[in-house]
Amino acid sequence: MVENRPILNFITHAALILGVLFLCFPVWMALTASTHAPEALSKSPIPMWFGNQGWENYTQLLSAGLPAAGGVPLGRMMLNSLVMALGITLGKIAVSILSAYAIVYFRLPFRMGFFWMIFVTLMLPVEVRILPTFDVVTKLGMLNTYAGLIVPLIASATATFLFRQFFLTIPDELVEAARIDRAGPIRFFLDILLPMSRTNIAALFIILFIYGWNQYLWPLLVTTDEGLYTVVMGIQRMVNSGESLPVWHYVMGTAVLGMIPPVVVVVAMQKFFVKGLVESEK
Amino acid sequence: MQKRVIFRSKSLPYLLVLPQIVITLLFFFWPSYQALESSFFIEDAFGFSREWVGLRNYAELFADPGYLRSFRTTLVFGLSVAALALGMSLGLAVAANRVLRAAQIYRTLLIWPYAVAPALAGVIWYFLMNPSMGIVAYWLDGLGVEWNHYVNGDQALLLVVIAAAWKQVSYNFLFFLAGLQSIPKSLIEAAAIDRAGPIRRFWTITLPLLSPTTFFLLVVNLVYAFFDTFALIHATTEGGPADATSVLVFRVYNTGFIGQDYGSSAAQSVVLMTLVIGMTFVQFRYVERKVTY
Repeated sequence: MVENRPILNFITHAALILGVLFLCFPVWMALTASTHAPEALSKSPIPMWFGNQGWENYTQLLSAGLPAAGGVPLGRMMLNSLVMALGITLGKIAVSILSAYAIVYFRLPFRMGFFWMIFVTLMLPVEVRILPTFDVVTKLGMLNTYAGLIVPLIASATATFLFRQFFLTIPDELVEAARIDRAGPIRFFLDILLPMSRTNIAALFIILFIYGWNQYLWPLLVTTDEGLYTVVMGIQRMVNSGESLPVWHYVMGTAVLGMIPPVVVVVAMQKFFVKGLVESEK
Repeated sequence: MQKRVIFRSKSLPYLLVLPQIVITLLFFFWPSYQALESSFFIEDAFGFSREWVGLRNYAELFADPGYLRSFRTTLVFGLSVAALALGMSLGLAVAANRVLRAAQIYRTLLIWPYAVAPALAGVIWYFLMNPSMGIVAYWLDGLGVEWNHYVNGDQALLLVVIAAAWKQVSYNFLFFLAGLQSIPKSLIEAAAIDRAGPIRRFWTITLPLLSPTTFFLLVVNLVYAFFDTFALIHATTEGGPADATSVLVFRVYNTGFIGQDYGSSAAQSVVLMTLVIGMTFVQFRYVERKVTY
């Protein structure tokens, strides 16, 4: 702060509080609505404070799910989401750290070719090539499997770039020292490079976990088996379940459950999150 | 680009890049090629036969008023989301940068929506603005605004714009804050000594110095609005009412999976790919420029 201006201080805090309210208000409403009986949500204005049905609503959702939307217990959906998110995260990190290692530390003919090939994947989000990708997955027999949910999404240009950038900052003397000590490339990777990449891996883990957990279109396409539904994608069947009106107390309960894991990860590991976000965009 | 000191091995590096390359070929290049190829054919509904039609799919696409309207909708949607999200987050970042104490608390309270899935954000706003019992719709009614996004297309579009922008504010906020913190304090102090007030300082120093960040965020926000918001629209308005919220990405899905018109869907995919590649190119040109500064 350059000078002290009380009025400006007031405006600053007012703006920030307003912003926080704008961001928190929808989630607050979702949280309170999920603790009411359906009757309380049937007429305007709906209550803005907690109801007394919270325990019943959430146990019903987690153990039995919604009959109108396939009746998959939300516990099951959360587990599917977790498997998918972790699979995508770990897969992306493993695949990209290996290829970054190859690109930086080896003399690879066609290196630029590989580099561009990886780079192009950055440009083609799933959304724009839905149908043909779906065809490939069908031909490989990967519909309705965890592999089908995970494998097509684990190529990552962003992560490869990030690791490459980081490896380039590691002094050459380390490799020389390792080679004098007769460490081979695999030994060097496992004992030196991997431990040094810890913070980068942690930062990337958070960004990719959110990416994986929040996938929507892909699970929507490759799963027709209700036992494989994920939370984020399953909620759509509750909202648009056809003839019956949406059961908002359950829908909001699902929304709350679906956002808890990624939000907790972001808030709990805020330092790594900010690092990962800012660096993966460079 | 590469290390001076490297390992020598014939097969190991290939083994290391193999998984990435296989996945890229299988799930990126092959499908993209397929999309390009089938955009030149018309396939019958059962997939038994297909006929080479050259550019007819494209010609039909651009002669289709519905598709052209989708272009307009996408543009309006993208620009509104970007303007709303950028404006709000810039205001918040400038405010947060001024606060000394409690800055950390504000930051925590402002960044968490980044983690909320677009589909969930959409569903929650859909609930808040539900014409029969949504609380926001109720307040609007009190102000004399009749809200019904089931009937009114413009209101449905506004609904998805607000939900999409709501989610994007945190992301922009973090980047603006980082940008603001990298502006040298001495510049601001020098201007203050020359009796420039806070508003003048913002317009003549802060905003110009933030322009690289702003431009970068503009591209990112547009890409987000064009492609990542499929979930938001699919889970709520489903493109309706009467195609009012049917953005291009939603249309690709709808034409291909619901309408089963593979040729047209593939042509749309190709148009979108060109669009993404163009935008990424612009973004990288800018990144290079930033490096040479």
